[in-house]
Amino acid sequence: MCCRVKPYTLSAFLRLENWVAFALISSVTNVAPLLAPDLALDARGVARRFGARWVLRGANLQVRAGEMVGLLGHNGCGKSTFMRIIATLLKASAGDCFVYGSNVKTEGDDVRHHVGFFSHIPGLYDDLSARENLAFAATMLGFPTADIDAALERVGLTSVAHERVRGFSTGMQRRLSLARLILQRPRLLLLDEPYNNLDVAGIALMNGFIRELNAAGGAAIVVLHDLVPAQGVLDRTVIIRDGRVHMPSPADLARDGASPQAITLPVGAAGIS
Amino acid sequence: MFPDSSKSFDPPKPGLWPAFGLVSFLFFVFSQVFAVLTSPADLMMGHMQKMWYVHVPAAWVTFLSFGIVLVASIYFLVKEDERADLLAASAAEVGSVFCGLTLMLGMLWGRPTWGVWWSWDARLTSTLVLFLIYVGYLALRSFVEDPQRRGQWSAAVGILGAINVPIVWMSVRWWRTLHQLQTNPRSLSPEYLRGLLLNVAAFTLLTIWFIRRRYEAARFESAAEHAAQKAALGDNDG
Amino acid sequence: MAFRDDVRRIRAIVWKDLTTERRSKAGFNSVASLGVTMLVLFGLALGPDSVALKDAAAGALWLAVLFAGVLAFNRSYQVELDGGALEALLLYPGSRWAIFAGKLIANLIFVTLMLVIVVGVGIVLFQVVVPPTWPAIVGILLLGVLGIVSLGTFYAAMSSRSRAREVLLPLLLYPMLIPVLLASMIATKALLFGDLMNEVGAWVRMLSAFDVIFLVATFFAFEYVIEV
Repeated sequence: MCCRVKPYTLSAFLRLENWVAFALISSVTNVAPLLAPDLALDARGVARRFGARWVLRGANLQVRAGEMVGLLGHNGCGKSTFMRIIATLLKASAGDCFVYGSNVKTEGDDVRHHVGFFSHIPGLYDDLSARENLAFAATMLGFPTADIDAALERVGLTSVAHERVRGFSTGMQRRLSLARLILQRPRLLLLDEPYNNLDVAGIALMNGFIRELNAAGGAAIVVLHDLVPAQGVLDRTVIIRDGRVHMPSPADLARDGASPQAITLPVGAAGIS
Repeated sequence: MFPDSSKSFDPPKPGLWPAFGLVSFLFFVFSQVFAVLTSPADLMMGHMQKMWYVHVPAAWVTFLSFGIVLVASIYFLVKEDERADLLAASAAEVGSVFCGLTLMLGMLWGRPTWGVWWSWDARLTSTLVLFLIYVGYLALRSFVEDPQRRGQWSAAVGILGAINVPIVWMSVRWWRTLHQLQTNPRSLSPEYLRGLLLNVAAFTLLTIWFIRRRYEAARFESAAEHAAQKAALGDNDG
Repeated sequence: MAFRDDVRRIRAIVWKDLTTERRSKAGFNSVASLGVTMLVLFGLALGPDSVALKDAAAGALWLAVLFAGVLAFNRSYQVELDGGALEALLLYPGSRWAIFAGKLIANLIFVTLMLVIVVGVGIVLFQVVVPPTWPAIVGILLLGVLGIVSLGTFYAAMSSRSRAREVLLPLLLYPMLIPVLLASMIATKALLFGDLMNEVGAWVRMLSAFDVIFLVATFFAFEYVIEV
């Protein structure tokens, strides 16, 4: 696999604090334990505003490697914004966020090696075939293209591998996006409403993939508006309210579609301490 | 801890700026009167020459403003301080106004000198291109809502535009010299130069004050938006 | 190592852009047709006088390229915006400049192909006699296209994601490209008429300087424009 080189970007180069940090880290040996690399995600006081509107107001969330966390919240509460900040697609207005010890703001390239993001946006090219889309993804990710057929097989798109994505249904496009994640096998999976537009078989496929990554020690954050399909997958759930991460109350869980007997999900506090 | 406590959301304090504005304005009036009274009529242009005392300083502060845009844009990209973005925008607006003034006076000058309103004179043409570049900059700002995105994009456009200014100037000059040489060489005698330098200084102060006023307005807008947001959500952040 | 990864990504992006362009032939055809239409319109505006036509050929050619180019640049990002592919593109590891380089090269190939058609039609319509120095003209065409495409690819990354993208791109791009336009137009024209004033060298140097300066500047600045 390709090596993980720090992004020597102009912005990183110009920042005085990077040089200061470099000098400090060089002088103090053995700072690695402080960075807690066993945390898949360490978000501290993450805030983001759009114009004058603060969507996130200091969200804290720690996710250990191997932990599966469900993320609940009203529409517009900042779930997707939070996910996009973790995925380096959006910059936080304030706060720090680390993925396996790499800062999403300054070490985005390292973070992108770890993170797999699955959103409602398919992110595919309409005029390329399913197979070509995956081949492009594999090349961009730096993985061999040999695994493509296996991934297509697994999501059940082998028969349409050479057809253009333009003619695909929404469900098929989502399966193809899932195949891209299967190729990538990320260590931190970010799923934004992953069960939308998936049939029962698709949901089983998705859950199987999540469990598989979990078994391999990967972590996942799953944005949900309905807890039922994620039965038996999540270790705990948290909720974003007023721009912050909270522990959900039973009422929250009931509102999000789990029937009383279905609330067997272990519910943990926000954060690990 | 919470980002709301960031200073950039407090409205700016006026400090000594009103006094600065008053002094600049008085100095400006004095410089204009002084220059007009002390300079004799030009041999060729007569009292048209008095236009210089606005035209030349306006051209100078145009470049000064766009220099501020460049510096503030670089600072914004490095430090991600919203205030630098607002400063760049204010300087670009003020600079564009003075750029427009320079162009108008240039045309007024061209009419009696060359008999046409627009003669594709090298300096005038490159000033027009500069004006267009910054019209693009301001248009971009008005078409993008998200402040972070607007800041980064317009900073990039501002820096590239500033890099291009000398290249545009050189290319237009070369293009002009090819067709016909139309320079207006005049050695300035001291009685003109004194008034000119005085007005350059006065315009500089006045421009700094204009930019400051525009910047304060931008900061107040930003603070008001923020206050409205806080009022709507309730200040439950402790 | 990292550099080789980036080169591989650049190749993938170029391949992807050109493949999607090739499959939706409408894109290239309509952009090239617009270029040709512009030439016809200029020809009509200048009248049938063959001296005037020859005189204005270089200018008309470059304006046609500029007008058609703007469509090409916006299109190149439209492919990314349909279906949110840009988001996926930004999530792949690797340098941001590699994305810019890939798009830049794909646009270069696209615009150069369009230029071949436009130049061919222009030679016929404007009754241009191709001089023996034509390889030098080809060189100037390529230098000019490089300048136009580097800034066009850069500004389109912003304009295509803003409101009023059709207006914004020309508004940002054309004033910035005035040095390129002047240099390419005058150098092309001078070569067509035998460089009587011995001025081509200076313009080529200016054109090269512009290309180098703005290639470097856009490569650095792209990171700020594509993120957020």
